[in-house]
Order: sequence, then structure tokens, then C-alpha cells
Amino acid sequence: MGGGDAAGRLVRPFTLTGGRTRPSRADFTLITTVTAVDPPPARAPRPQPEQARILRRCAQPVTVAELAALLDLPVSVVVILLCDLLEAGRIHVRPPRPVSGPPDLELLQKVRDGLGRL
Amino acid sequence: MAASDAAVPPVPDVSPAPDTVKILVAGGFGVGKTTLVGSVSEIVPLRTEEPLTAAGLDVDDLDGIEEKRATTVAMDFGRITIADDLVLYLFGTPGQQRFWFMWNDLAVGALGAVVLIDVRRPRSSFAAIDFFERRGIPFVVAANGFHGHNPYPPEDIREALTLPRETPVLLCDARDRASCRDVLLALLDRLIATAKAG
Repeated sequence: MGGGDAAGRLVRPFTLTGGRTRPSRADFTLITTVTAVDPPPARAPRPQPEQARILRRCAQPVTVAELAALLDLPVSVVVILLCDLLEAGRIHVRPPRPVSGPPDLELLQKVRDGLGRL
Repeated sequence: MAASDAAVPPVPDVSPAPDTVKILVAGGFGVGKTTLVGSVSEIVPLRTEEPLTAAGLDVDDLDGIEEKRATTVAMDFGRITIADDLVLYLFGTPGQQRFWFMWNDLAVGALGAVVLIDVRRPRSSFAAIDFFERRGIPFVVAANGFHGHNPYPPEDIREALTLPRETPVLLCDARDRASCRDVLLALLDRLIATAKAG
């Protein structure tokens, strides 16, 4: 995957998704955390190489944005691959802490305390 | 990992992953967003690059961008572990105004934002201020003082940007960890004050 001209590097990621440029579901934000299911479910199909790379990276919890950066793939491509892994039962998905609705004073204070320790 | 725990069946809804929250760092191109993120992040800022075709942009408005950037939009981000069960991510928004469409996705679920301004080119951050005001996303304005000084007091900056009194305006040095921490603390103080007034 390394090297190659810029255009080739852009085209290639979407060959990993079978040409799909849109995810099949909307579970994934940049800070959605994914964790590989360990052990993998029985009769799980063998993952494609890129899916296997993702699974290795998310043995410990990792966010979608971190995965994309670490794998040097566009977020949109990683999300499509994650959709497949989720549907195959290979990953846990944890959505971000919701911040819509009334402000969560306890959460804000916790963030402030944490930043104060920097 | 953790093969010795294999006897425990995985429970899909319960994950050991921490909660995640995010704050955006916006501002004009080259104003120091990635520098600020890097100053407070516990990791070297990571970068994602998104092909513009995937984001559905008309590709006929790319005059003036160097060729390497013409086909992708880059976004840098960092991480601060707040507690064992809570991690804060800082996302630098793509600088050029033409990438506003990415800001929409980025803004969803954000606690708030820091708008960095270069006092020599304040106009380059107008779009970011306008964006957060329109969406009601709380923000603070931080004037990044290059070369360790800043010729304009915060009140002059507030006036020049016609910011309401409740929007904090600070001077900062994006290269300095304590200075960037104080900017984030000012944002949290604003968020907490708003929540209490709620």
C-alpha cells in the first residue's frame, strides 16, 4: 500500500470496500470506540486482509479516527469495513458519550478536573 | 489479547472501552490548530485524510490549493485521557472554508469549540466563529500570539470580532502546554456556567 502516486493511493482504498463509498449503517462516528470480539464468534468467516488489520488494531479499544490514522486509510473506508465486521459479530461498538439534550454538569466537571491536571 | 479470559463469553453491549467526548479546534488555515492540539495531546497528533470524492464535493472549486491537497482533506486530532473511563479527543477542523461540509459531521456531538485566531489575519477565522454561532455550539476565542507576544488586548479582539460578552477571549501561545490547557479550561468554565444557568 505504501508508495505509488497520489491518485493511485486515493483510488485503491475503495477497492477494499468492493467499490462501496457509503456505509450500510450509521453506527460509526469519529470517536465511536471499537473493540475486537475475543474470542471471535464460532463459524466466523475468515476476515479479508484489511479487516484482519483492523481486528489486530482493535484488540484493545480504539476509536474510528485512530484506526483510520493508524491504518492510513480514509475514515469513510474504515467505516465501511467496520460495518462488515459488526455485521459478522467480530467487533463491539461503543458510541460516544451523548452530549445532546440537557447539559451533563457531572461530565463537564469531570472533563474540567482532568484538564486541570495537565 | 487476554486469551486467559476466553472462558468469559463476550457480551456485545458491555465493552471495557472508555466513554469518549470531543472538542473542536477551529480557525483559519495555518493559524496553529495542530500545534495547539499537539501541545496538550498525550499522543503525537494523528492525521486522517479523506478523499474529497468520498465526501461528495464538487471538485471544480479547487483553484489555488497545491496539487497534493487538491484530492484529500486532512484532519489532525489528539487525545487526552481524562479518567480511566473517559477520554477527550481534540479535532482540528480543516482550515479552508471550502471544507465547511466536513465541519457539520465534526460538530455533531462536540462539547464545544476553540476558535484560534491570528491577530494579523483575524478575517481568516470569521467563518469558524460564524459556523459555531449559527449552530449554537459554545466556543471560546483564543488569539495565538506568535513569537511570544500579542499586540492586542482581549477586549480589542472581542470588539473587532463583535463577540458577545459571554464568549471568553484569551491570548495564548499554541506551542505552550499550560497556555493551551488554560484555553480549554476557559471553554469548560463557559460550558459549566451555561449548564448551571440552564
